[in-house]
Amino acid sequence: MRRPKIFYGQLFFTLVVCAFLIVPAILSALAGVTENFFVGLKSGFTFRWIIEVWELYSETIYLSLLIAVFCLIINLFIGVPAAYSLARIGGRTARIVEEMIVLPVAIPGLAIALALIIMYGGFRDFRISWSFILVGHVLYTLPFMVRSVLAVLTSTNFKILEEGAASLGAPFWHRFIYVVLPNAKPGILAGSLMVITLSVGEFNLTWMLHTPMTKTLPVGLADSYASMRLEVASAYTLVFFVMIVPLLIAMQLLAKSQRQPKKLIQDEDAH
Amino acid sequence: MIRREYPRYFLLILPAALIFTTFFFVPMTRLAVVGATGDEGAASYLSIIQTPRHFESMVATVLLSIGVTAFALVISTIAGLFLVRNRFRGSETLVSLLTFPLAFPGVVIGFMIILLAGRQGLIGGISNYLIGYKVVLAYSMWGLFLGYLYFSIPRVILTIMASAEKLDPALEEAARSLGASSWEVIVDVILPALKPGLIASGAICFATSMGAFGTAFTLATNIDVLPMTIYTEFTLNANIAGAASLSIILGIITWVALLLARSLSGSTVAASG
Amino acid sequence: MSSNATAVTLHKCAKTFEDGTRALDPVDLAVEGGETVVLLGPSGCGKTTLLRIVAGLENPDKSGEVWFNNDDVTELPIEKRNVGMVFQSYALFPNMTVAENVAYGLRVRRMSKPEIEARVLEMLKMMRITELSNRNIDQLSGGQRQRVALARAIAVRPRVLLLDEPLTALDALLRERLRVEIDSLLRSLAITSIYVTHDQAEAMALGDRIVVMSKGKIVQTGSPREIYNTPKNSFVADFIGTVNRIPFAMINGIGSPKGHDLVFRPEDAEIVEKSSGQFNGKVVNSFFLGDRIRLIVDCGTSEHITIESFQRDVIEEGDEISIRVHQDRFLEIN
Repeated sequence: MRRPKIFYGQLFFTLVVCAFLIVPAILSALAGVTENFFVGLKSGFTFRWIIEVWELYSETIYLSLLIAVFCLIINLFIGVPAAYSLARIGGRTARIVEEMIVLPVAIPGLAIALALIIMYGGFRDFRISWSFILVGHVLYTLPFMVRSVLAVLTSTNFKILEEGAASLGAPFWHRFIYVVLPNAKPGILAGSLMVITLSVGEFNLTWMLHTPMTKTLPVGLADSYASMRLEVASAYTLVFFVMIVPLLIAMQLLAKSQRQPKKLIQDEDAH
Repeated sequence: MIRREYPRYFLLILPAALIFTTFFFVPMTRLAVVGATGDEGAASYLSIIQTPRHFESMVATVLLSIGVTAFALVISTIAGLFLVRNRFRGSETLVSLLTFPLAFPGVVIGFMIILLAGRQGLIGGISNYLIGYKVVLAYSMWGLFLGYLYFSIPRVILTIMASAEKLDPALEEAARSLGASSWEVIVDVILPALKPGLIASGAICFATSMGAFGTAFTLATNIDVLPMTIYTEFTLNANIAGAASLSIILGIITWVALLLARSLSGSTVAASG
Repeated sequence: MSSNATAVTLHKCAKTFEDGTRALDPVDLAVEGGETVVLLGPSGCGKTTLLRIVAGLENPDKSGEVWFNNDDVTELPIEKRNVGMVFQSYALFPNMTVAENVAYGLRVRRMSKPEIEARVLEMLKMMRITELSNRNIDQLSGGQRQRVALARAIAVRPRVLLLDEPLTALDALLRERLRVEIDSLLRSLAITSIYVTHDQAEAMALGDRIVVMSKGKIVQTGSPREIYNTPKNSFVADFIGTVNRIPFAMINGIGSPKGHDLVFRPEDAEIVEKSSGQFNGKVVNSFFLGDRIRLIVDCGTSEHITIESFQRDVIEEGDEISIRVHQDRFLEIN
């Protein structure tokens, strides 16, 4: 097909937008491994900044991963059954409950963190432990897990599958584990990736909830942007990218495989 | 629905309900109450209008959010439509690249803007080379604007592309068969069909911008957006009541905006910035 | 046949898609001005691709040409060809009312408001949907939408009217009724029309000429009568109506002159006395259809044959019958 001028105009525009988004990220990645940012690549390739980051901030990386994993575990045990309940109950009740679950996403993290501090900041042991941060993360990520699983459950007709299993004599837990969960798997998988990605990158809540002993990766990043030289901050950001990008790619691949429509088997036209 | 199954469903959702009540509903209620304590009592909720600093902060945040939303919608519609309607080698990569910043926290985005437009930034370097003057945007309203645009574009573009994919190609062909030019097709067929998606993603964009904290924090501008005002009230001024009341007001604004978005599209994308 | 109507000529038009699928082998087609030509065939035979090439929604492969009368329109995009198109899904604009939909093509041509209003009213009257003028599209039934789609396509007085399976989405009763309406509409307008369908009854009812297609090629072109009575090969014979086949060896008495198998239509068979029959069979199924009976008969061939008889005899399952086909009712095909 002919490619009119307007195609190239739009292509150029899109490429500019892309560049706006990607170039700083690449700059940052490069700066993290260059001897001297101001001199540029000529100054040489080095790992020293990354090593420095590790020496300064390795606990933040561990803590972020720790919190993300626990956040995921809690989400799986609390969110998946909740989604199932909502899918089963249906109707207006389910929609209202869903709206309520989504509230922590609708309200700025800052406000939620403030509320938590005012309410529970007095419990010193709780306040200074990483579980304080974990609570915030769970509130923020639970809606995504629930929605993800709920979406999959409502689109497949799992009720009929369950009734089929029940008619064959399976008790509830058996049905849940062997029929419902396998069918909800794509939603659980997508939700899990989402939860981990969001938890690792969460800042608005975590900044208010953290203490010098409980710093997560994004908190460390803010720290380094304010006080460290550019190369160290860039190296630290690079570490963050390296953690996040595989998750993003996994999510995109998952979404793509979901979109392939299953081929219907068609009868040959009979004539 | 078999009645005897209700208790089971209730049990399954109980843990989530408990967590929510303990750690969200109760604290938020307490926050609302605290917002009404302090010298003026419940009237401190009106401080947003009465205190100049708060009012300016609110106005600045709203204007910034509206501006960012408008630009993000236009940019994303052009790029998003282009990518959905033209499949060529590398178009999928472009889509991935454009949605890649979705997971970046606001702090990182602030850093990106500093790299792009800060004192040692790329734009400064290029402008210095071209016109001998270093253009430094990062720490001004423009920097903030760019930062907000940075996290808004991926979100909006995803929603628009999802809407555009659902467009029936026959509608466009019908319009063309009746003689419509490309421009007329866009105005008469495509944009009206995208309207719900545009409104929904616009509302999400607005809500996210209103509540964004990390980006402003990193860019440390002397322009205070509402979340920063809340932060300084709490940490520097120990004005807990003031911070609380502002938080509640901000929360209500973002919640209403997202409610509007949900009613029009049925889904919300992560709000973080 | 109107002499100032547009004749459509296709010359060596083929279409291979980007992913390699060969949808159409090079075809030539000549449609006279005012004629209604029906492209008939199973899914995937290339009929819709051919229609879209005429419309200008697809470009034919190199060296293919599309002519409207004496104008070479091959390089013209659809918006410049002045065709009217009716889509299978109707493609009515959801953000506009019925009147606005019908007016759209006129608006694009920058006609004056009073002119547009007059033409729209004329179209709505023609399709008998004047009362729907201000309705929203989603309030219309399938049949109503179909009429709006037609009104919209005709409103611009197109040179050629192209219809892509317009009745496929409707239920059987509605389809029959609209078929008649479309037929009279096309005749009264005397506009060159190309109609795509996979329904042979529709094709027979509407077409001045039928173009039977299969796997990207034109298999046979002719009037409905020609196609039905003298199909060129078994594909066409099987596609249009039902066809029976009896191997030569099983026939007593007069067989097909060239020694071929006996191929005939169900209604051309007669149930006769054993002595005058060409072959015998046992009735497997008997359907009383009111004006005739349909019998499925096992004659010892691999497939049962179908007979339709207007005789008033009562024939039931299990009966042994003798059948005879008139000499001049054989179909001569390979």
